[in-house]
Amino acid sequence: MNTDLLQLICFYLFGGVAVIGALMVISVKNSVHAVLSLVLTFFSMACVWLLAEAEFLAIALVVVYVGAVMVLFLFVVMMLDIKQEVVREGFIRYLPVGIVVALVMLAEMLAMIGVKAMAGHTLGPNPAGESNVAWLGQALYTEFLLPFEIAALILTVGIVAAVALTLRQRLGVRHQSASQQVAVQATDRVRVVKVPVERPASVSPAPVVAPPQENAP
Amino acid sequence: MITLSHYIVLGAILFCIAVAGLFINRKNVIVLLMAIELMLLAVNTNFVAFSRFFGDVGGQVFVFFILTVAAAESAIGLAILVLLFRNRSTINVAEIDSMKG
Repeated sequence: MNTDLLQLICFYLFGGVAVIGALMVISVKNSVHAVLSLVLTFFSMACVWLLAEAEFLAIALVVVYVGAVMVLFLFVVMMLDIKQEVVREGFIRYLPVGIVVALVMLAEMLAMIGVKAMAGHTLGPNPAGESNVAWLGQALYTEFLLPFEIAALILTVGIVAAVALTLRQRLGVRHQSASQQVAVQATDRVRVVKVPVERPASVSPAPVVAPPQENAP
Repeated sequence: MITLSHYIVLGAILFCIAVAGLFINRKNVIVLLMAIELMLLAVNTNFVAFSRFFGDVGGQVFVFFILTVAAAESAIGLAILVLLFRNRSTINVAEIDSMKG
C-alpha cells in the first residue's frame, strides 16, 4: 500500500478517535468515565503527533499527561464524593447554547484558516533529520536554556503550592513534631540539680567548736 | 498525503468541543479543568503542525513548555479543588460565589 495513503488513513483513524473521546469527555455522566475518555483522547493525539514526526513530544504527552496528570485527576475524582444528579443539573438547559457557540466558532475558525487554500501545503521533509530528540534537545539546552530552567522553577513552585494548599493542621490530635524532635538538646531532657553531700553548718543542731589543741601551747 | 490543514482542522474541532464543554458543564469543576486540558491539547497540535511545516524547532520547544506549565497548573487546580470540596462540600460552580465577584 502507498505510504502516504496509509498515513492519511491512520490520521483519520486517530483523529476520529480523539474527537469521539473529546465528545465523551464533555458529555458522559460519570466523571471517572470522563477522565478515562480524556486518556483515550490524549493517546490518540499522541499518535497524531507521531504522524507529524514529533516523537519526543508524543511520548512526553503519554508519559506526563496519561501517566501523571490524568492519574492525579482520577485520584481526585475518586476521592471527592460527587453526587451525579446534582452535577448534571442544567446540562440540557445549556446544551443548545454550547452547541451553537461551538459550531459558530468552528465555522469562523475554518473560514479564517481557509481550508481550501491550505490544502496544497504538504508537510514536506522532516526538518529534524535523523533524530527528533536530538533536534529538540539541542535547541532546548542552548537557545532555550533560561526558559528551561524557569520551567523547572515553575514545577517546583507547583509542588510547593499544591502541598501548602492541601496541608492542614488537625486540632485535637496528638502527633509528633519531627522538627522539635530533631532540635532537642541534651539540656532540655536532663536537668542536673546540685545537691550538697552534707548538710550545711547552720542547720546542724550542735555548733562546731574549734578544736582545743590549737589554742594550747 | 497529510497536509497542514488536516492538523489545523483537527485542532480547531478539539478546541470547539472543549469550548462547548465549558458551556454545558456548569456544575462540575473537574470537567471544566478537563476541558481546559483539551484546549491546551488542541493548541499544542497546532504548534506541532506548524513547527513541522516551517521546520522551526521553536514550536516544539514551546509545546514542551506548555506541557510543563499545564502540569503545574492542573496540580495546583486540583489542590484548590480538594480544598474547596473540603470546606464547602460542593464542586458546583454556581455555589462557589463567596467572593461575590
